[in-house]
Amino acid sequence: MDILETLRKLALESGLAAFFTTDGGWKNLVMILIAFVLLYLGIAKKFEPLLLCGIAFGCLLTNLSYFVGQGDNAMYHPELWTAFIDEASPYYHSYGHILANGGLLDFFYIGVKAGIYPSLIFLGIGAMTDFGPLLANPKSLLLGASAQLGVFVAFLGAILLNFYGGEAASIGIIGGADGPTAIFIASKLAPQLLGPIAIAAYSYMALIPFIQPPLMKLMTTEKMRSVKMEQTREVSKKEKILFPILVATVVILLLPSTAPLIGCLMLGNLFRECGVTDRLSDTAQNALMNIVTIFLATSVGATMVAQSFLNWETLKIIALGLAAFAVSTVGGLLGGRVMYRLSGGKINPLIGSAGVSAVPMAARVAQDVGKKYNKSNYLLMHAMGPNVAGVIGSAIAAGFLLSVFG
Amino acid sequence: MVSLFKMPLGDAVLTAVLGYAVVFLGLLFLMLVISAMGKLMSKKKPVPAAQPLPEERQATAPGSAGELKLYDTDPKDAAMIMAIVADSLGKPLNELRFISIKEVRDE
Repeated sequence: MDILETLRKLALESGLAAFFTTDGGWKNLVMILIAFVLLYLGIAKKFEPLLLCGIAFGCLLTNLSYFVGQGDNAMYHPELWTAFIDEASPYYHSYGHILANGGLLDFFYIGVKAGIYPSLIFLGIGAMTDFGPLLANPKSLLLGASAQLGVFVAFLGAILLNFYGGEAASIGIIGGADGPTAIFIASKLAPQLLGPIAIAAYSYMALIPFIQPPLMKLMTTEKMRSVKMEQTREVSKKEKILFPILVATVVILLLPSTAPLIGCLMLGNLFRECGVTDRLSDTAQNALMNIVTIFLATSVGATMVAQSFLNWETLKIIALGLAAFAVSTVGGLLGGRVMYRLSGGKINPLIGSAGVSAVPMAARVAQDVGKKYNKSNYLLMHAMGPNVAGVIGSAIAAGFLLSVFG
Repeated sequence: MVSLFKMPLGDAVLTAVLGYAVVFLGLLFLMLVISAMGKLMSKKKPVPAAQPLPEERQATAPGSAGELKLYDTDPKDAAMIMAIVADSLGKPLNELRFISIKEVRDE
């Protein structure tokens, strides 16, 4: 055995050498630095840490193990997924090919590609969400609808910036402020953009307390912000049980493409409310949600391969995502202003900004801003109505875009 | 199902307007259904007029200043409510005066 030759071979095969010897290896270094920054934001700044830590570590693992032309030890293989979506490839839609040749993160990613993780996350969200405020004030559904404005404005912006139709739809849905929905749509319509879209969606969700208040101030007067809303009625148990059954039936019949998201959201909520499946509700809210979050975050992070992430498209997506969030907030506030007028000043328009999903962060921001202008103002429960309506609204928007571009 | 076609701007505008309208109409329809359900439910069981509570149910909260009356409220719940209110107002509990805590029921 030639020890020197073995050592030389080991050195050449190492990732350290690959940074300098492979095509675009330096980009991996940049991505590793980006992963460190994301880890810092998740851990030190607590920006959506449950997801951002996993996404950042997935990004780190991918860029440590995958170099162009050296995929043997890679945990994620982008070329396998390129073949998977290429109609001309013999491996088109072949999960067998992925299972036979993939790495650990490829196997995790199958759950994203098949739409399993986002749907299971919705199951958990449904089990965690009290739709009572929405039932007490059904009009808040309209605020959830108006806050989807950013989805379609960003979609138009993406078309103007030369993205394909499906890509533009996936970018637009960032404005729904709903991470699982954004991942669900992107994995179906633009898997090559999944990494930047997920990063934009979750980063901006974490930045809602900074993005929304200036817009709230800009779009409302001090008098509007000070409006103290009346206590909503109490909702009976029967209504809460009937709600998920009704919503699933109505929405899925209207828009069948929403079935995986709305179906799971409402199933989770039925587990919560029906009173006879407490164990299932508990599992969906905690154990299952946590397990799926681990798989979802790491596999989404894995798609942040240097060669496909470091380009102008990513910067455009980040900019469009911010625009989508801002316009959605403005849309919700405009809806709030209309309701303020129609109700004779009884509805505080700030609750409209909570229509951008991001449960419950957006509702908390509405509460905080409202309280700043009227110390006795408690908008949280009023804002939870549009907030959960936004989840349904973004799922409907996603269903529509899937029917058009799917 | 990867959509790789460039969309003319006119078509994109139409798609965006139609999409926004679909979201509005879908949620509007849902609002009507939920409102109808709410009205049906409240019709079935009219809320009984508030009855004066019998004197024996007006227990005094243990450990309080002796003024707080609890109506159908567990002392532990009352303690929690008072702590939350104090925390929200940013004032120490001993500077606040609670007159009574009553559980509100609509059925």
